[in-house]
Amino acid sequence: MSADAVILMLVAMAILWGGLVLAIVRLNRHDLPPIDELHRDL
Amino acid sequence: MTEGARFARPAGSEHDIGMTTVDEVQRRGAFSSRKVFILAAIGSAVGLGNIWRFPYVAYENGGGAFLIPYLVALLTAGIPFLLMDYAIGHKHRGSAPLSFARLRRGTEFLGWWQVGICFLIAVYYAAVIAWALRYTVFSVDEAWGDDPEGFLFGEFLQAGDPGISSDVVAGVLLPLALVWLAVLVVMALGVEKGIGRLSLFFIPVLVVAFGALVVRAVTLDGAVVGLDAFFSPSWDALTEPGVWAAAFGQIFFSLSIGFGIMITYASYVDRRSDMPGAGLVVGFANSGFELLAGIGVFAALGFMAQAQGVAVDQVATEGLGLAFVVFPALISEAPAGALIGVLFFGSLVIAGLTSLISVIEVVISAVRDKFEMSRIAASMAVGVPATVISLALFSTTSGVYVLDIVDHFINRYGILLVAVVSMLVVAWVLRELPGLAAHLNRTGSLPLGRIWFALIAVVAPVALAYVLIDELFTDIEEPYGGYPDWMLGVLGWGSTAVVLLFGVLATLVRWRSETPLVEPYDVIEEEVR
Repeated sequence: MSADAVILMLVAMAILWGGLVLAIVRLNRHDLPPIDELHRDL
Repeated sequence: MTEGARFARPAGSEHDIGMTTVDEVQRRGAFSSRKVFILAAIGSAVGLGNIWRFPYVAYENGGGAFLIPYLVALLTAGIPFLLMDYAIGHKHRGSAPLSFARLRRGTEFLGWWQVGICFLIAVYYAAVIAWALRYTVFSVDEAWGDDPEGFLFGEFLQAGDPGISSDVVAGVLLPLALVWLAVLVVMALGVEKGIGRLSLFFIPVLVVAFGALVVRAVTLDGAVVGLDAFFSPSWDALTEPGVWAAAFGQIFFSLSIGFGIMITYASYVDRRSDMPGAGLVVGFANSGFELLAGIGVFAALGFMAQAQGVAVDQVATEGLGLAFVVFPALISEAPAGALIGVLFFGSLVIAGLTSLISVIEVVISAVRDKFEMSRIAASMAVGVPATVISLALFSTTSGVYVLDIVDHFINRYGILLVAVVSMLVVAWVLRELPGLAAHLNRTGSLPLGRIWFALIAVVAPVALAYVLIDELFTDIEEPYGGYPDWMLGVLGWGSTAVVLLFGVLATLVRWRSETPLVEPYDVIEEEVR
């Protein structure tokens, strides 16, 4: 494989698969809003 | 406590505020947890197009350089539009027609237009899954011999000249009936026991099976040649508008957005769920799987090109040709080819099935909401006619031609058109984006504001309208596929007109008195007020 191809393969993996991992971590860390806040919004 | 256990609480307790209510779960069904919803949404998004369309589109439009427009399209149109669908369904707690009716009565036709499109897609999509099911078995003894193309159109599909035929092909009829039987059972079981459990089981199986296929493909001789062809960048391509249009088109068709699926699924999600966060996971999971498919497919094509002593572009193709002609030839040549065949076609069956149930759920959910029918009654009312039409049209010797034409036209002048219209209506006519953003921001981890408004109101519709107009000019200049005009007129333009007409006519049927069209949609919100 050419150097360009290798670099782009690694970049694509890092962005798409890394992005997926970050999105999952971010979702799991997000706390649910307090009940009071939902009361006010409703 | 698990999220699913929350549903067991009696309605009216303080802790139910903002959650899906017991009444709502019993009446419409619901996903038992955020995880189930995300897997179901991924199952819907990851379909046949991820495996047989993305790799070739990327290869033909700049190779590694395609990553740039692809990412831009994902972040500026795909995920923002996905979040708009989520917001509409999650806020208004209904199928596509009910959610649009609750958004503004006059926009209900958009939901029914999407329902008509989904019904039409379901009847032909099942046929492709049936073919893949048959080819999973064919792979074991390489039934296509040394002429996969002749086998596909001759012995298997028995396709004659383009036209309409009533000659039934038993080899397609039986697997197609089996696919519909499976779909009817899943749909009758309901949102959680049917769609939810199917997704919980099949999505991990799909990842493992396709992962195993990729591992086998990249260890074949010549795999590096294929990967080099796939990832080598052609930077000049970035100056071509067609490449950017291809990226937006790929993202749009791949994410299952704009035709009611995500509105319907989002309406089954707990009211407190972080929908923008879930959208990011679904968007990146879908694109991550496409990258995996690109690696697997082009590694395999590299092996085949080397084995035949030709360049990769001589064997690279997409769609039915890739799956049912190129891959069978590759399976015949590769060591442990039967294993590759079972993994490849098995993955197509799973990816297709989880997408098909999401498409047919749009129709069933709409029928349930409109007529307040039970789950089983609605599943039969939709599933039986769909099965009959599907068997009548696609188990005959002309099935492949009908499928090709309907698929081409409904994707462009059905899905793409309704998506552009709905975005423009929501953003510019109703001016509802601030309300939808406020709803998602209530529990979301990704604040939506002016940038999201600009993407939905300007960037995404302009990009998709460009794709649509470009496709329209191409179809006008050169009739699609060289088919006779009457076939393109009746099956192509005719089918797209029929689903639009259906959308308008279906709004004439009144909603039942027990279906509230204005908030509050259930007892919990009423008590809080």
